[in-house]
Amino acid sequence: MRRRSKAVTGGRGGSGKRRVLLLELAHARSGDKGDTANVGLIALKPKYYPILVKQVTAARVARHFKGMITGPVERFELPNLHALNFLLHGALDGGGTISLKTDAQGKVFSTALLRLEVAMPR
Amino acid sequence: MTAARGPSPVRIAAGQGFWGDWLEAPYRQVTGGPIDYLMMDYLAEVTMSILQKQKSRDPSLGYAKDFVPLMERILPIIVERGIKVTANAGGVNPRACAQAVAEVARRLKLGGRLRIGVVTGDDLLPRLDGLMARGHELRNLDTGRPLSDVRERVLAANAYLGARPLVDALRRGADVVITGRVTDTGLTLAPMIHAFDWRLDAWDLLAAGTVAGHTIECGAQCSGGNCLVDWERIPDLANVGYPIVDARPDGTFEISKHPGTGGRISVAGVTEQLVYEMGDPAAYITPDCIADFTTIRLEQVGRDRVRVSEVRGKPATDKLKVSVAYFYGYKAVGTLVYAWPEAYQKARAADRVLRQRLESLGLTFEAIHTELVGADATHGRLALEQLAVEDLPEVQLRIGVRSHDKPAVERFTREIAPLILNGPPSVTGFAGGRPKPEEIVAYWPALLDKSMVEPCVELVEV
Repeated sequence: MRRRSKAVTGGRGGSGKRRVLLLELAHARSGDKGDTANVGLIALKPKYYPILVKQVTAARVARHFKGMITGPVERFELPNLHALNFLLHGALDGGGTISLKTDAQGKVFSTALLRLEVAMPR
Repeated sequence: MTAARGPSPVRIAAGQGFWGDWLEAPYRQVTGGPIDYLMMDYLAEVTMSILQKQKSRDPSLGYAKDFVPLMERILPIIVERGIKVTANAGGVNPRACAQAVAEVARRLKLGGRLRIGVVTGDDLLPRLDGLMARGHELRNLDTGRPLSDVRERVLAANAYLGARPLVDALRRGADVVITGRVTDTGLTLAPMIHAFDWRLDAWDLLAAGTVAGHTIECGAQCSGGNCLVDWERIPDLANVGYPIVDARPDGTFEISKHPGTGGRISVAGVTEQLVYEMGDPAAYITPDCIADFTTIRLEQVGRDRVRVSEVRGKPATDKLKVSVAYFYGYKAVGTLVYAWPEAYQKARAADRVLRQRLESLGLTFEAIHTELVGADATHGRLALEQLAVEDLPEVQLRIGVRSHDKPAVERFTREIAPLILNGPPSVTGFAGGRPKPEEIVAYWPALLDKSMVEPCVELVEV
């Protein structure tokens, strides 16, 4: 698996942050409920969970999927599992059998979310 | 199974995660080591309408047909070892399914050694007009529209029953319980309520059993299948072990699998399954209880063994979910493959040509959907932003249409092949022939007062 990351300008003394794909911090699984896709985003290490909570907001995810979904994004927190659950409404062209999409059941919205860039503290 | 200390745990093994799952899995579960129950989930949301169609053509059908030969293979083993089975393979005709299994059992000379429980009462189709006349509007949970909008196109209507009727069947001595539309989780929860004599208002315990059911209801999806974490190093998927719940009376349980099988039971993999198809994690609503997934604690307690504890539950609601299937319209999807150079641009150009022709023909569609497989089909513009499209060796143009007008969809299916000779170049991949128009049966989720549904349990002696 190719993992891209790129360093961005940090502050003095290496106190900067690295911008990385979410893929480096989390794994995910997604599924469907009607025309809504859910993406469960799980921190690869417990220490990454606060980064997810802070940076992977519902608004940020809605911007990430702009033009790909027609409805709002909801976020739920599962601190016990170091996971966030996102509901992407209007993501599946009607969903289930109605949908004309290859991914009619939203199975790979999971990895689409992992393309999001986040700032990782050094 | 006997434990050295404390009450015996109960081992519930998942054998099918959906209708069409691996045929070898149930056999491996009953032969690979000791288990007490085999749980098999067959019913996806649209499965009921397919089964309803089969039943309308032949009243002796309407259930998951492959369940019968599968049972034929394992019945002698489960009778010998005292393994019980819970399965919602009955579809819209659980009685016929039970009769078919009973016949097989008699042929296997298991007469007197097997009792089959049949759970019905979920089928609302014959009662639909009566319910609606009494003011049950069965409003669509997503759109808020009343079912009267599509009443004349309804093909199937079923309430999701919970664990209770299965518990009744087990208490009355059923070895195999065959149901219609029962929740996936109820198939796992029922053996626990039965074995541990849990009260039906012990919400934390019922929630624990529900979480156990959710964890194994998709079969190997919690034991290494479709697992993103470390996927390349998950061992021996060819021989993947399906999950087993080792349940205890206090509501804690462990997820494991038979020794010598492939796959992996890890906290990461179990977590992926827990969040699969999740809505509000604090309120996972079933007919039996409301389970709170934000309290669950997971621990790796051994190789391929994850312990689940601290599940909390809340009282069940007074509603049942109802799944209605109705005829929606028609769709068709056609594909062509474009090769380098400029594969992506050629496919895009072909899409424009095709759309212009559909428009010139005056055909109207509810939707025309184009994807370029190999470029943007699954991740849309997110993929294109990180991709050099000019380098793509090939791209599959995949174009689909949806309409209430069948002739329009049929005409569309004849517009793909001509592009091979009269459209952009370097095109191939039409060996499959013209696409076929497909009927769309859509899903209508609704709620109904629990008091309107009376589950029924019958026993068939073999």
